[in-house]
Amino acid sequence: MNPMNYVILAAILFSIGAAAVLLRRNAIVAFMGVELMLNAANLALVAFSRIHGELDGQIMAFFVMVVAAAEVVVGLAIIIAVFRARQTISLDEPAELKG
Amino acid sequence: MSFTTPTIDWAAFAPIIIVLGAGAAGILVEAFVKTPATRRTVQLALSLAALVASLGVIIAQWAALDGAGTVVMSGMATVDRQALAWMAILLVFGLLSMLLFASRDGGGAFTELGATAPGSVEEKLARRAGLQLTEVYPLALFAVGGMMLFTCVTDLVFLFVALEVFSLPLYLLVALARRRRYLSHEAALKYFILGAFSSAIYLFGVALVYGATTVTDVNMIGTAIVNLADADPLLLAGAVMIIVGFMFKIGAVPFHSWVPDAYQGAPTAVTAFMGAATKAAATAALVRVMFVAFAPLEWELSWLVWAVAIASMVYGTVVALVQTDIKRMLAYSGVAHAGFILVAFAGLEGEALTALPFYLLAYGLATIGAFAVVSQVRERAEDGGVGAEAVRLGQWAGLGKRSPLLAGSMALFLLSFAGIPMTAGFIGKFEAFSAAIAGGAWPLVLIAVLASAVAAFFYVRLIVLMFFTDAPEGAEETIAIEDGALTRVVIYVTAAAVLVLGILPSGVLNLFADASVLLVSVGG
Repeated sequence: MNPMNYVILAAILFSIGAAAVLLRRNAIVAFMGVELMLNAANLALVAFSRIHGELDGQIMAFFVMVVAAAEVVVGLAIIIAVFRARQTISLDEPAELKG
Repeated sequence: MSFTTPTIDWAAFAPIIIVLGAGAAGILVEAFVKTPATRRTVQLALSLAALVASLGVIIAQWAALDGAGTVVMSGMATVDRQALAWMAILLVFGLLSMLLFASRDGGGAFTELGATAPGSVEEKLARRAGLQLTEVYPLALFAVGGMMLFTCVTDLVFLFVALEVFSLPLYLLVALARRRRYLSHEAALKYFILGAFSSAIYLFGVALVYGATTVTDVNMIGTAIVNLADADPLLLAGAVMIIVGFMFKIGAVPFHSWVPDAYQGAPTAVTAFMGAATKAAATAALVRVMFVAFAPLEWELSWLVWAVAIASMVYGTVVALVQTDIKRMLAYSGVAHAGFILVAFAGLEGEALTALPFYLLAYGLATIGAFAVVSQVRERAEDGGVGAEAVRLGQWAGLGKRSPLLAGSMALFLLSFAGIPMTAGFIGKFEAFSAAIAGGAWPLVLIAVLASAVAAFFYVRLIVLMFFTDAPEGAEETIAIEDGALTRVVIYVTAAAVLVLGILPSGVLNLFADASVLLVSVGG
């Protein structure tokens, strides 16, 4: 199978993730969209690494995974703090800031 | 398969190791020092000592540096004079902000316990127990360390790691305001979602560039692009996404939507730090990526720089005109300044390497000073104590009579933002626009000058409000002027620096001119 197909799949996943961030109003779902985008980038890195026949891209994917894990910790902490304060995590509802 | 351990030149990384190491030590202090008051003193002393020590090491490295600089970790990072200059700027911002973090005006900038819900019983108990949130010092140190790393890294994936190292602490700091906590939570949520979104876009761009060129080192990308036969759509898409990622951090239109919210909601000390340092770090990284990796794509990418620069200057200026909240007004002025910064990138001239550090230094000092002034003007609480900051423009009427020094400093910072001669902002704008003229981008400079002229209107409006408008009857009692020693030191130091840089800029400009060479390593 042509490994370029994986790059196309990565682009599709990235677009789905971006759409989730921009369109969904639930903070957790928007955040899942971000994670999908990061994983799409990982898939692209690994696929390109296979195409070029070297390991660099696969090692980079590990770095990205660790960073993504750290991001989850910070992100969920903020979302929980918001939920405790107002019992909702809708991105529309907290509208004290004009945006 | 054989594996060779890379040799790492630790000495070149010493300034960053000191700052990040002090951050790690600060976490231990949290665990082992029991009483909140002692902990605050220890943390503040540790942070200031680390930042001063790091600045000292940078000065020593600058003096000892012969030749262009040091390539660390076989081309993953480059400590050259340009990087050292940016690191020194970031450390100065870090030092000033740390003093604002420690200031106790109005009960301090930060909440007692971040985990409590606003208005809850736990929050009252935490306040009564005299708790203090001293984790902010290590968090700020991690942010400064990550930003310093961000200015010297020359590998796109390593750059992503550095980006997150400085962004994650900032997301948390934004959420920790003592007053108006709903606003602060909301700002942190928006900043986090948009920040994570932008770093994901950046990362996908890196993957595409890696696919097109087989490398992620900025120097090797530059070479690979020259050798590519024709413009690869994969490469162009990747380059645009990488630059968009940086533009999010700089806060340029149309990637600015987090700026006003995060600036308004964050504790003012954090706003000062974020406004000055994030812009500087992101500009430093953009310089390296644009001048080294994507220099061969200058013609293809110029439309992006032009469009975003014009949009930022025009939108930032026009929207700032109608703001009634002083923090939002300064935020939109920051958006306009992001446009002025991008003007210097037109044509990728060598002058920009001198102009940009100076511009960001001038802008950052004025930003820290201006937000420090904002933290001094407060509303009276119902119990007669000092309440939240008075951020509505009308509440600033007649400030010049009550506190001439405070209002005078604010006027100086505003004039520097506007780029009036005798202030640092004027020299910064002059240098940045000269670089763009050298690059043949005179239409862009024309728009920039017009935008500056319009922007001067809302800066002067605030000055007129402070000095030539009387406060309405009875309004004076509702506003309290704080007199925190630490904050006052920051205000007067930044005001003096803005004046000195405006009147005698040649010394600092010569330093930055020495730094205007990017070391192109032959890593691998």
